[in-house]
Amino acid sequence: MNRYLPLVIVSLAILSFATLLLVIIPGMQIAKSGASPGLKPYTVAEARGRAVYVSMGCLYCHSQQPRDEAQAPDGERGWGRASVSGDYAYDTPHQLGTMRTGPDLMNIGDRLPSQGWQLTHLYQPRAIASWSIMPAYPYLFAHKAKADPGDVVVKLPPAYAPKTGVIVAKQDALDLVSYLQGMKHDYAPPTDGLRDDGYELMAAQQHNNDAAKASK
Amino acid sequence: MQITPTLGLLLALSFIVSLLALTALIWAIANKQVHTPDQDDARSIFEPGEGAEIDSPARPHHFDTARSGIDKSSSGPVMWLIGMGVFWLIYGSIHGLAASLELHLPDLMSGSAHMTFGRMRTVHLNSVIYGWSSQAGLAAIFWIIPRIFHTPLRLGWLVNLGTLIWNIGVAAGVLAIANGWTDGLEWLEIPWQIDIALAIGAACFVAPLIATTRAREVHHIYVSGWYFLAAVLWFPMLFIIANIPGLHWGVEQATMNWWFAHNVLGLWLTPLGVGTAYYFIPKIIGKPIYSYAVSLVGFWALALFYSQVGIHHLIGGPIPTWLVTLSVVHSIMMFVPVIAVAINQHVTVARNLWALKASMPLRFISFGAVMYTLASFQGSIEALRSVNTITHFTQYTIGHAHLGAYAFVSLVLFGAIYQIVPRATGKYFPFPRLIAWHFWLVVVGFAVYFFSLTIGGVLQGLAMLDASKPFADSVTLLKPYLEGRSLGGGLMTLGHILLAVNLIALAFSKRTRDLETEKMVAAQ
Repeated sequence: MNRYLPLVIVSLAILSFATLLLVIIPGMQIAKSGASPGLKPYTVAEARGRAVYVSMGCLYCHSQQPRDEAQAPDGERGWGRASVSGDYAYDTPHQLGTMRTGPDLMNIGDRLPSQGWQLTHLYQPRAIASWSIMPAYPYLFAHKAKADPGDVVVKLPPAYAPKTGVIVAKQDALDLVSYLQGMKHDYAPPTDGLRDDGYELMAAQQHNNDAAKASK
Repeated sequence: MQITPTLGLLLALSFIVSLLALTALIWAIANKQVHTPDQDDARSIFEPGEGAEIDSPARPHHFDTARSGIDKSSSGPVMWLIGMGVFWLIYGSIHGLAASLELHLPDLMSGSAHMTFGRMRTVHLNSVIYGWSSQAGLAAIFWIIPRIFHTPLRLGWLVNLGTLIWNIGVAAGVLAIANGWTDGLEWLEIPWQIDIALAIGAACFVAPLIATTRAREVHHIYVSGWYFLAAVLWFPMLFIIANIPGLHWGVEQATMNWWFAHNVLGLWLTPLGVGTAYYFIPKIIGKPIYSYAVSLVGFWALALFYSQVGIHHLIGGPIPTWLVTLSVVHSIMMFVPVIAVAINQHVTVARNLWALKASMPLRFISFGAVMYTLASFQGSIEALRSVNTITHFTQYTIGHAHLGAYAFVSLVLFGAIYQIVPRATGKYFPFPRLIAWHFWLVVVGFAVYFFSLTIGGVLQGLAMLDASKPFADSVTLLKPYLEGRSLGGGLMTLGHILLAVNLIALAFSKRTRDLETEKMVAAQ
């Protein structure tokens, strides 16, 4: 290969082809399938809370994409039904995630709806679960001598409570909890919702093979 | 949803197009329809009469880089890129080590939002990808391109300007992330406003390369050149499309995210590492690579298949089935280019094992080249649905990512730095024994790191798939493996500090020998 221009043109054409297949065509297909009926846009407090979630990097330990029962027991763990593309119609930046150092949060609002639980857990996860390796977020809270009217006081076991005064939630913590409480995708998914059905197809295939064997 | 006929057709189409393109290439080579690079072309990195002896600073190969002033033209820009790259390597390593410690000592650094795991980890990634490997890789490009084209580097000042702008961009980016200002997508966290600086910096790197390429004085573009010249255009295209604000949304943003992130590995860092190894392995040994024609298949197969593998990061996710299948199929096809590169690079080294003893840089580079083969094989297998269901969402993925980006790319670049710096500065490294220490620290450290996360990740994945076990089990069982990762990461960081010590000491040392250029000119 001795010429520069053909090298460059073919290289860029190959990447354009990949972009067409991996970004543009899926984008059109996803846009066509639209938002899931039943999905509500974020409220102002939820949207602010989502920004805190993004800024703290929660994504790096928590996924937001329950898997199908043919693949993994996510449903049995109470993480909710398998999600479809329409469930994310209002999300930017998307927070699908690639790690489960902690559990999936797609339906955390359904599973743990209590504001008190969430605040205590954010202030010090080990106050609730000794085995947890989640970071504590003390800077989302303030230490005060006495709670003012309207302050949300965080309930803490004696080992984690301050010696004097109280811990109250700052606005960021309250917003973040609003976002988590709003994470409920309990409506029925659209029947034509887009998702990777590879494992279901594999399971169905297996089932058919087994049935064929049994009938012999 | 069943795969609709249209989409099934689309999937088949993409695969057939790639396969046809590859078949056409092989046919063309077999029937001499295109000029097939031969062993004479493979020797174009040598001067006539250059023998099979090691290319060391004491006995440099008398390549015409000296007479034509090529070393002089590229030394400055290359040394700036190396210096800044090593700075970000240290900065990123410390953040990586801190993030690793936080996972088993969660209350160690919880006092400030800057130091929370989600930000530490992200600063680590952005520092090492955009600060370290990109810049060290560019240093290798700006060193190698003029040498294989037998012409001085053009527009060297623009490279220096690009380095300045790029580093301002990386610094602003990691500061933004530490302070909570992020675009919130993995590998794309740097806010798009700051990304403009990085795009301008990239443009300053591309223009000198094009100018140098157009001025080349050889009939043949050596294989390293194919990888480099394509990669420096692929990266800006990926980076700009991915960062256009307001264009991407919802799940489409997720497919774009992994199209980008995996292509930064496949079409940017991998060509940097493979291209660098393709030049230095034969150059140091003094013998051409084993089977040059195969390298053509390796290059084009990489472009065709690697560019479409990214969606394997979303297997089992809320995206169309055909798209996942497409990426799984292309991931498996990656065996083709990887085996092509392996034949060329490993056979060349295996026939000259004596050289590994004689040259520390070669030891780094060929170790890295072997890791490329292993990382790619592992990646192909990891993309199989049956394997992915266990390893996805676990620390196993982190181990794999480090096998590619660290054991392969970084090790090759360490070797390139040790090979380039004495030639670019006219100075020997003041502490040559530290080079061997660096090698063993990072190799042993990486082995500890990799096996900890790989074993821990599989156990974590199996625990998560077992409905009878509570989720907590997958966290508690991981603890000793996370500690192992910190130990390995600590050793690797120590190795990087030795590299920095050697570089700093070299900067303050007196010249111990004449530059190749001066010696050659004087000899004439």
